[in-house]
Amino acid sequence: MNGDRVTKALLFLSSLIILLLSAGIVLSLAGGAIPVFKEYGLGFITSTVWNPTSGSEEYGAMPFIAGTIITSILALIICIPMAFSTSLFISEYYSGTRTAGILRSLVDLLAGIPSIVYGFWGFYALRPLLISTGLTDQGFGVFTASLVLAIMIVPYATSLSIEIISMVPAELKEAAYSLGATRREVIFSVVIPAARSGIVASFILALGRALGETMAVTMLIGNANMIPKGLFAPGNTMASVIANQFGEADGLKMSALIAIGLLLFVITAVVNAAGKFIIRRFA
Amino acid sequence: MSDTQNSEPVIKIEKLSIAYEPGRYAVNDVSADIKRNNITAIMGPSGCGKSTLLRGLNRLHELYPNIETKGDVLLDGQSIFSMSVIELRRKVGMVFQRPNPFPNMTIYENVIAGFNLNDIRLKKNQRDEIVENTLKNVTLWDEVKEFLYRKGTFLSGGQQQRLCVARAIAFNPEVLLLDEPTSALDPIATSKIEDLLVELKKQYTLVLVTHNMSQAARISDDSMFMYLGELVETGRTETLFTNPKDARTEAYLTGKFG
Amino acid sequence: MAMEIILKDNIKRRNRTNGRFRYLIIAGAVVTIIPIFLIVGNLAAKGYKQINIAFFTEPAPDTFQAMMAASSGEVIPGGIANGLTGSLLMVLAASLLAIPLGLMTGIYLYENRTRRYAGIIRSLTEILQGVPSIILGIISYLWVVKNITHGYSALAGSVALTIMMLPLIIRSTEETMMMIPITIREAAFALGVPYYKMIYKILIPVSFSGLATGVLLALSRILGETAPLMLTALGSPAISFDIARPVSAVPLLIWDFYNDPNMVDLVWSASLFLMVFVLSMNLLSRRISSKRKYI
Repeated sequence: MNGDRVTKALLFLSSLIILLLSAGIVLSLAGGAIPVFKEYGLGFITSTVWNPTSGSEEYGAMPFIAGTIITSILALIICIPMAFSTSLFISEYYSGTRTAGILRSLVDLLAGIPSIVYGFWGFYALRPLLISTGLTDQGFGVFTASLVLAIMIVPYATSLSIEIISMVPAELKEAAYSLGATRREVIFSVVIPAARSGIVASFILALGRALGETMAVTMLIGNANMIPKGLFAPGNTMASVIANQFGEADGLKMSALIAIGLLLFVITAVVNAAGKFIIRRFA
Repeated sequence: MSDTQNSEPVIKIEKLSIAYEPGRYAVNDVSADIKRNNITAIMGPSGCGKSTLLRGLNRLHELYPNIETKGDVLLDGQSIFSMSVIELRRKVGMVFQRPNPFPNMTIYENVIAGFNLNDIRLKKNQRDEIVENTLKNVTLWDEVKEFLYRKGTFLSGGQQQRLCVARAIAFNPEVLLLDEPTSALDPIATSKIEDLLVELKKQYTLVLVTHNMSQAARISDDSMFMYLGELVETGRTETLFTNPKDARTEAYLTGKFG
Repeated sequence: MAMEIILKDNIKRRNRTNGRFRYLIIAGAVVTIIPIFLIVGNLAAKGYKQINIAFFTEPAPDTFQAMMAASSGEVIPGGIANGLTGSLLMVLAASLLAIPLGLMTGIYLYENRTRRYAGIIRSLTEILQGVPSIILGIISYLWVVKNITHGYSALAGSVALTIMMLPLIIRSTEETMMMIPITIREAAFALGVPYYKMIYKILIPVSFSGLATGVLLALSRILGETAPLMLTALGSPAISFDIARPVSAVPLLIWDFYNDPNMVDLVWSASLFLMVFVLSMNLLSRRISSKRKYI
């Protein structure tokens, strides 16, 4: 019986690690952020000034919050038609065929490519392409970053959508077919209404992924500490400003960056929780 | 048993074979006639191909990617493979094993789902008339007339299934296919549906796949017995049950397998 | 019947819309997978040049050597050995911490599924899984770089990677165990096997392939991570196994090379190598999972 008690105690103790980590993360981030909030109050969140030159230091998080939101939402918009058509292809039109299986594996491959490789490829292969279209002359900016981000989050949106769509009962579809509906009509009148909340949840979770993405965005967004002025203008996201400037930061600047990290943590946690909640409740 | 109809069968199945994958025939060389205004039961043990055969009659089997079909099925003399699938399904309706009203539609919308899905626009009074008549036909009108604009999921299993029958006949098809329509229902609901089917055969031709021999004996006029994809025996139900010609039929009917 | 006429009219139109929509779907799917071919193709075409023995055995060259080689069109000397050893060191250290902890926590969650406390732990694990990796870099910086090793170090990098691996291993452990039929546990207890033995001798061995898959997937996830390492391990030109000093890693090298225009060729090769390695691990874990008895 002793062995039992020891084992049970061991298992319980290891579960405490999660508790400690979670608390530790929140406390450390909050603690590190306090100096900058003491200095600027909550106005830190809305201020758009970012000036690290000593003597006239002033910090504000808004440029990066804006950058994060703009790139993530733009990435989601670009991703939606791709993920939607791919998941319908795999789970409806060619369901069960070898082609669908191959396509699914290929899409999963997209998820396995490391972020820095995406950033690097975006830099050396995508940028020249975009420059040649004349839309942008340097190639850095919100659009480039969002485009690569969209490609990165497609596998997440797709795989969850596929699961949800596959769960629509076959009999419901058969009933619609037996009334004479075409495939497209069955999809829009039966499949999508049944899978609607699950599909929405999958997009929300993909958004959560995009919010926290660092390397690819850092390498493509142009590292400008201001709210992006246009679709092809440079900017910075919460993640990329930390990546770019944490290394040489200290004092108030570091506190500002940690505060931005705290904000990013909160935003990501809320978005992810919303997505999971929708799945649990409605799908 | 009325013999004032014209003697041409509504459906002629001619050497129909259906394979899910090359070489493996779920339905093998089946030929049979389905008579007008009769209830024809298709019986057999699990896996004998009866559901596949039924789905062949409204070409629902074509939903499977690698399906292979040989032979023909004639509806009123015309091959169902030569007409558009949409036209076919306007004339042949289907009711499924588990009641499956569309959960995102109200009871009202479920009944006229056939019209909506086919993009047929009707005036409101036309629609109201169809909904009321159809629901009266399936003896559901009194029970749901106060709740037409609620989603159908609060109904009992038996009521849901009657709603599905209504949905299938709103179009006024010629033939109604039923795939084990009562196997998911309790005995009371089952007997209500059976009574309904006997009523319905005055207007429609019914083909009923059933797992339940006594149901076939109770309500069907003709019976088909299938085993391992083949049509073993077919004939008037009474005759088949009291005097089966094939040893396999007899074995099934006496419960030796199935 | 009037309806027949209406129907005949719209059948053609509906079939056409149906067909067009199908083409739209196929087009969308094709557009979605074009990037994979582009990326893999580009990497393979431009990356093979620098892949040689030296690539694996020699540390990264300095920028001068690279510039000389680039200007004369030769293969740049050196390789990514310091990145390989650094990655190895940190991944090993992270695994030593994350695998036992993750397994035990996963088993705890499985064994105590109904308790409210377990539900809380599970939710926290999910939240942890969604935390952006750069934030874990900040955390490890605050905990290790500032307070333990007083400077950038491999340990700090490992801690960040450990925190990343934990939720993945916990999740996959619990899911694997849920797939084991309950009758196996019952059979063990019926034979009088004590609780702790049941876990070590039956539960774990039976679910081994599922657990291995989870670990492999977690590993492939952290091998490609760069952001947290930038704030913790920093990078180093030397091949080192000292856990208390800065160390390089393959993704970090890619970042270093990327910032130096002379090293372009090496970046392609390093990226090619990293991508192939990570994808191979993914494929391997999928192979194991398709052969296993218990997911």
